Amino acid sequence: MLTPVLSDNWDQINAWQLSSYQRTGGYDALRTALRMEPADVVAAVKDSGLRGRGGAGFPTGMKWSFIPQDNPKPKYLVVNADESEPGTCKDIPLMMASPHTLVEGVVIASYAIRASVAFIYVRGEVLHVIRRLQQAVQEAKDAGYIGQNILGSGYDLDVVVHAGAGAYICGEETALLDSLEGRRGQPRLRPPFPAVAGLYGCPTVINNVESIASVPVILKNGADWFSSMGTEKSKGMTLYSLSGHVTRPGQYEAPLGITLRELLDLAGGVREGHQLKFWTPGGSSTPLLTSEHLDVPLDYEGVGSVGSMLGTKALQIFDDSVCVVRAVLRWTEFYKHESCGKCTPCREGTWWLVQILERLEKGQGSEADLAELLDLCENITGRSFCALADGATAPIASSIAHFKDEYLAHFENGGCPFDPMASTVFATAGASA
Amino acid sequence: MAENHTTATDKTVPYSTGDSKITDATLAEMREIAARYPVARSALLPMLHLVQSVEGRVTPEGIEACAAVLGLTGAEVSAVATFYTMYKRRPVGDYHVGVCTNTLCAVMGGDLIFDRLKQHLDVGNDETTEDGKITLEHLECNAACDYAPVMMVNWEFFDDMTPESATQLVDDLREGNEVKSPRGATVCTWREAERVLAGFPDGRADEGPTGGKASLAGLRLARERNWSAPGGNGGGSGRAAETTVSPEAAAGPRPSDQPGKESQAVDGDDSRKED
Repeated sequence: MLTPVLSDNWDQINAWQLSSYQRTGGYDALRTALRMEPADVVAAVKDSGLRGRGGAGFPTGMKWSFIPQDNPKPKYLVVNADESEPGTCKDIPLMMASPHTLVEGVVIASYAIRASVAFIYVRGEVLHVIRRLQQAVQEAKDAGYIGQNILGSGYDLDVVVHAGAGAYICGEETALLDSLEGRRGQPRLRPPFPAVAGLYGCPTVINNVESIASVPVILKNGADWFSSMGTEKSKGMTLYSLSGHVTRPGQYEAPLGITLRELLDLAGGVREGHQLKFWTPGGSSTPLLTSEHLDVPLDYEGVGSVGSMLGTKALQIFDDSVCVVRAVLRWTEFYKHESCGKCTPCREGTWWLVQILERLEKGQGSEADLAELLDLCENITGRSFCALADGATAPIASSIAHFKDEYLAHFENGGCPFDPMASTVFATAGASA
Repeated sequence: MAENHTTATDKTVPYSTGDSKITDATLAEMREIAARYPVARSALLPMLHLVQSVEGRVTPEGIEACAAVLGLTGAEVSAVATFYTMYKRRPVGDYHVGVCTNTLCAVMGGDLIFDRLKQHLDVGNDETTEDGKITLEHLECNAACDYAPVMMVNWEFFDDMTPESATQLVDDLREGNEVKSPRGATVCTWREAERVLAGFPDGRADEGPTGGKASLAGLRLARERNWSAPGGNGGGSGRAAETTVSPEAAAGPRPSDQPGKESQAVDGDDSRKED
């Protein structure tokens, strides 16, 4: 049922240290990779079927193969460790527990695309994770896994751990590049794609932490081993993050295609005495689902087939004590705050969405306002450089589709019919202790 | 709850207090940061973290120093400094205390915790206590949702919080008691934390556990039920678990779902360090 691979060494003593990582076979995959041609490393990752774990699900090996090797400019690998999509909490524990899994993946991936420098762009608000990454990179340098002529292969690589400074938008890959160049983090128009003109205008691969961390074990156990897990088009194992009103929240590593019903069963079910009301499959930017969707396979195709997205597999569980209007308003305030301001539909649109939702939450509105909201969402979606605004409209449109009656109840009630205390963890501390 | 998202603007921001702590040594460290990158301007974000570690905020002198080192104008540096929420124009206290009020933490209790702390400390969002000890701020998602409601002190995790554990935490900070993050190190000052973010390690990576209970929830269940990846050759370590398993993992199943307590029990120190 569960297949701990990336999380398999998280219960080892001092798993974050090189000595611990090597005791469990760490950096063996790097030795294997360095004996291969770079193109064969790319082919192995392609064959494995690994798809991007940061949300979009683009095939990782294919992304690497887009790097034009006849381009004389330097090539770069950038790891997107700016984990900040609401609900998403998988990369941070991975880097905290076993930063070398990521670092080994970085060296292998860099070798595959023939990068000269790799950057790990980690959000600034996770001090201890940054400490562990800095130490892991230093240990890898001291051991000869990073630097000149790595393990006698003739391959040179430098790795830089780079701390961000608080901006959700920098998780968007082109905004991340601008930020890494020392600018305001604002998305770029594509094309050109980063594979052609990325960091400093040079060919660049940008991958999520979990994607890169999955690379060593693919080299170690083989593409067939990896693709023996998962479903037809969604291969391998992945970290599912359960949070919210669930008995045992946390990280559950399973083959792609497991269902929420199965995961909830493993995690002890929804909070005692309550029913599942709504959930996000992959962060707040993925349209909300309900208890109707408990048996949907949590892979790229399965979640897509019910009108949402697998995203980051951040399963936020909300029980019947939660007001969906309050939840959606708060997410909308977040998107308004995090809009970088570059594109008018997003900058102005998120502002208007908050205005209207605030009014609705107070019960000051009518059914006509819901039509207005949906019209606004339609005018915002797909009209900006990046997907932030699309994400902002996802919870609004999906909540109106599933819970229109609850919006109406706010008007009938003249305000929110829910008690905000009832949804808190302390509301039940006495009952479950 | 839109008031959560407003920032107090009635206090003027001192443009310059005329007592900048930027020295030649700071400039040398800025050049050292710049040398890490193929293109020097990439160093601007870490350099601004360094400015905050020296000045306690982003000062006009700090902006000019970055500009001078990178060959930019002050306006170009200001444009960047004002974009990112971690850069502060007002002086920050010794301890930056953040409360997540994004949706999941908010409904799990973050809103009530934030309200309680505003009352308890008699400050608004993004304001500092009179004694200069604590700056309180509401946060967006900090990637620890499986430990909701979450707080951060100087960007160290504090998990499964309650209004009571939150007020105790800030009282301890104000009284100068040693405070440890359940998934991190003993809390340092905000300026010291900013120095690490600038890329100058403080040698404390080995403090704290590998992860908290929630991080290990799935792994522990898999061990109990003898589940593993096909071929039994996953990450490669499960077979040795009984001899090298860490204390926090050996602690067994999550004892209860009482918030605000269990994760505090995970105590990390250097005694487990090997080699």
